[in-house]
Amino acid sequence: MGLTIVLFIILFTVFVVQIGKARELASIVRADPGEEDEINKFHAGVGMFFMVAFLLICVWSFYHYIPTSLGWGPNTAASEHGTEVDRLFNVTLFFTSIVFFLTHIALFWFGWKYRGIRGKKATYLAHNEKLEMVWMIIPAIVMAFLVIDGLDAWNNIMTDLPEEAQSVILPAEGSDNEFIEIEATGSQFLWYLRYPGRDGKLGTKYFTQINSNNPLGQTWTDEKNIDDFMTTELVLPKDKKVRVRITARDVLHNFYIRDMRVKMDAVPGMPTYFIFTPTVTTDSMRRRLSTRPEWQVPDANDPTKERWETYNYELACAELCGRGHYSMRNIVRIVEEDEYLDWLDAQEGGKIQVDSVRVFDPETFEEKLYVVPNTKGTIKSQYFSKIWGTDDDPFKMARHESLEALVLNKLYIGEDYAAAKEIRNSYEYSDDEFRTSAQFMKDIKVLLNKARISNDVEEAKELRTQSAALLKELTSLTQKVEEVTDDTQSNGLTLNTTETSAQDSDV
Amino acid sequence: MANLNVKEQDLLTHDDHHGHDDHGDHHGDKYQSSFVDRYIFSQDHKTIAKQFLITGMFWALIGAAMSIIFRLQLGFPDADMAWLQPLLGGWIDIDPATGEGTLDPNFYYALVTMHGTIIVFFVLTAGLSGTFSNLLIPLQCGARDMASPMMNMLSYWFFFLAGAVMFISLFLNTGPFSGGWTAYPPLSELPQASDGSKAGATLWIVSLVLFVVSVLLGGINYITTVINMRTKGMHMFRLPLTIWAFLVTAILGLLSFPVLASGFFMVTFDRVLGTSFFLNEIYVAGEALTTRVGGSAILYQHLFWFLGHPEVYIIILPAMGIVSEVLSVHARKPIFGYKAMVFSILAIAVLSFLVWAHHMYMTGMNPFIANIFVLFTLIIAVPSAVKVFNWIATVWGGNFRYNSASLFSIGFVSMFISGGLTGIFLGNSAIDIQQHDTYFVVAHFHVVMGVAAFFGMFAGIYHWFPRLYGRFMNETLGRLHFWGTFIGAYAVFGPMHYLGMAGVPRRYYRFDTFASFSQFDAMNQFITIAAIVVFMFQILFVVNFFYSIYRGRKQDKLNPWGATTLEWTAPINAGHGNWEGEIPAVHRWPYDLSKYDDREFVLQTEPLAEGEKDGGH
Repeated sequence: MGLTIVLFIILFTVFVVQIGKARELASIVRADPGEEDEINKFHAGVGMFFMVAFLLICVWSFYHYIPTSLGWGPNTAASEHGTEVDRLFNVTLFFTSIVFFLTHIALFWFGWKYRGIRGKKATYLAHNEKLEMVWMIIPAIVMAFLVIDGLDAWNNIMTDLPEEAQSVILPAEGSDNEFIEIEATGSQFLWYLRYPGRDGKLGTKYFTQINSNNPLGQTWTDEKNIDDFMTTELVLPKDKKVRVRITARDVLHNFYIRDMRVKMDAVPGMPTYFIFTPTVTTDSMRRRLSTRPEWQVPDANDPTKERWETYNYELACAELCGRGHYSMRNIVRIVEEDEYLDWLDAQEGGKIQVDSVRVFDPETFEEKLYVVPNTKGTIKSQYFSKIWGTDDDPFKMARHESLEALVLNKLYIGEDYAAAKEIRNSYEYSDDEFRTSAQFMKDIKVLLNKARISNDVEEAKELRTQSAALLKELTSLTQKVEEVTDDTQSNGLTLNTTETSAQDSDV
Repeated sequence: MANLNVKEQDLLTHDDHHGHDDHGDHHGDKYQSSFVDRYIFSQDHKTIAKQFLITGMFWALIGAAMSIIFRLQLGFPDADMAWLQPLLGGWIDIDPATGEGTLDPNFYYALVTMHGTIIVFFVLTAGLSGTFSNLLIPLQCGARDMASPMMNMLSYWFFFLAGAVMFISLFLNTGPFSGGWTAYPPLSELPQASDGSKAGATLWIVSLVLFVVSVLLGGINYITTVINMRTKGMHMFRLPLTIWAFLVTAILGLLSFPVLASGFFMVTFDRVLGTSFFLNEIYVAGEALTTRVGGSAILYQHLFWFLGHPEVYIIILPAMGIVSEVLSVHARKPIFGYKAMVFSILAIAVLSFLVWAHHMYMTGMNPFIANIFVLFTLIIAVPSAVKVFNWIATVWGGNFRYNSASLFSIGFVSMFISGGLTGIFLGNSAIDIQQHDTYFVVAHFHVVMGVAAFFGMFAGIYHWFPRLYGRFMNETLGRLHFWGTFIGAYAVFGPMHYLGMAGVPRRYYRFDTFASFSQFDAMNQFITIAAIVVFMFQILFVVNFFYSIYRGRKQDKLNPWGATTLEWTAPINAGHGNWEGEIPAVHRWPYDLSKYDDREFVLQTEPLAEGEKDGGH
């Protein structure tokens, strides 16, 4: 097989060479003075044909690849600064296309028009200063425009956060000084993704402390590390500013999320940062793709689903790091705020099933006996799963009570919200009443979410009190409804909710 | 001064030519008395040019063949590669169950690395600038040889040695270096991190340091020759643009290659002596390198790109010079805006030292610094644009003769436009956030400095083949070679722009791990097939080249293209010393084509008529 191919190639080459030789000899024998004109005409013509075909193919192929070209179809940036990148790309594309078309048309058209003809004389034109000034100044002006536009965008994107900015678990709506801080550490050949946990602050780390129980070398004497947890999936809320701290353990890597237009090298011993704000959730991105025929085909890995259903943002490595460079993939999931909080709860153990029973401190939450999660193993931080209670633990079995209280607090919040939902769902409303109850639910949710991310037990209590007050009003609304409907079944429930609200108001 | 040199040289050669001055053929001087002196350790610049050219072609074939192998991997990642086992041996991993072979990822990265290194340094630096600087500087300046023929010879043999070391590294059992042609540390310094960073990296560095020596020896010679050994009347603004390009190229090389060498020395110290120039806080292979702290990986990148960016102009400027000359001669009219061309070469050269960090926008370098580099990078587009418009204006109003050389010049202009324009995207740091290290970059630099520089080289080979071997290359094959390569190169690199616009990263062994990057199977197959076809056309060129050396149509006229420059006044197959008797003096600029109604061209040696103004001023 291989030999036949080689033989074929050799024979073909000999054949072509013989043709070349024969044509050369023929032209010498013919000694036709017009032959060169014919050759010139032929190649100038091929040039013209090439130019037309080439430019048409450029236009057609651009049209064909719109679905994957940045800023046009589904590949539109899913982050705030990304739209600016896309815009700049397409502005540049506009100007360069003009030059591309004009110069190619001129080059091949002149090549055709001024092809060599025997006896004709070329124009002796050595220079023309005016013309040269024109085509020096025009590009200079366009470049100046592109530089200004580009640098303006670049400096906006790259500006660091203000000094007073705080990393928090979930930035408040419209706050410029709060952001989510996460950390990505490149390693041959995977990413370690670290979240700051309840306190919103990443703990310190140092490479000499790296071992199998501590892949990042976190410093356990730093209390900020206690709640830091690691995940394999990068989950981030929509419309919240994120600062990724990018580090590397061994060699250079590059933190690259295509749809977010995020790219930054990870350098060992030198943390780098990229600040971005995701704007399109994974779900809306899938909806965006679902309208396109090329995404409505069965997925290669899961034939029961169409391709758009399994689409995910992906974190990749974009700096050569060794033999597994092409395989450093993590899924990036952009979700709504609620879903993000639910996910955080799950990571921290707030919704984890209990595995031990304990009476809770009556001073803080006295009304009800709650089962308490065993801290070890439920808060999924590296500290609690690997260090707590071992010889390496600098806090020597300390209880980390405030942390436990905060995590526990979430159980109450979950209960509060579940109760409110139950009440809301128990009755049939008229349209007006439904709107009122929906507004109640919304307000309750805002308060409870605030309580959920609060790092202060007292503050959380205050927020829950406010939400309990709202719940009471909602209950009174439902009681009114009850009077009308007189649903016997609801009695038990009403009793229940009254109890709940009573407890809450006491709190 | 120049005159004095001419006299000395004359004396030197005349001593050896007593008795057979009337001979048309020139049988060498005392430095060329034996076969070895004449063909191997030759000090004749023309022979050295041929040595550079043929060695460059050898490496070009190896580099291109490597690209075919990794293109096969990218186009057909699931195909059985067992048939390559006789060639690649252990680098094809055979699945014992099915007997199917796959390319080892380490070797894939080694191929990519070697392809880049070989093409950039051995082919487009040594093969292009080495060949044509050697051939044309003495001939077009009117000198008998380089200022130091001995150093010139050493320059080639250091290059040969560099090649030999690199060649040996291909056969190491841990594989050749695989950390990318840019060899960023820490990957290139940590043998624990990659097999290619073991002996492969050592040989790679040794080879490239030898190469730097070669470039410096050559460069000093080119500069000295152009400055001191021009013939009588050849003042700077009577030099053909080729010489301007070679001179500036040599200056760029002289200023930037030592910086690269210093970077390599530091890498070597880190590898061998336990220093930490580029290492900091590293945990690799289960071990924290606690003594290797305080360095900066970014520092290496600054050193590398301080060479690396001028390097792309070291590659493209000779091609620009060649194309200016070839276009003008075959359009039968002077190059448009000679002085603008000279000043744009100079402007590009100066700016090329101020743009290196545009390769580093996303490396964690302080983003503020990017402002300066964006500015200078986009400014460099202005002299480049001037050159392009001037080439097009040179074609305008010409009597354009289509042959292999001129076709490749046209192709060069087209490629330089296409590739140059994509540079405007990448030079703008905000766009580079997304496009950095994607296929957009691959497409950009292959078109603008890979293919374009090759086109310049081909134009030069077809044009000066008679000057090298006293014969012509076959025109039919040459034109076929052009159209195949021109269309094929666009077919290979055109689609890559779309890959880049979709965000597909470069240096990926396969794409199916990522949903976003794996949508282009058909395109990748198309590119691979196109690359194979283009490679076939290059084989055609190589066959044509060697066939024509021995059997090509003989050069019958001293000046077959009707050019005006000095190299065509020396006898066909001139010996060492180039000209019989006196070196011709120069009286006019090199582009008096179609100046008079009755004559198509006027040689530079022809005195100006009474009251005639020299052209180009």
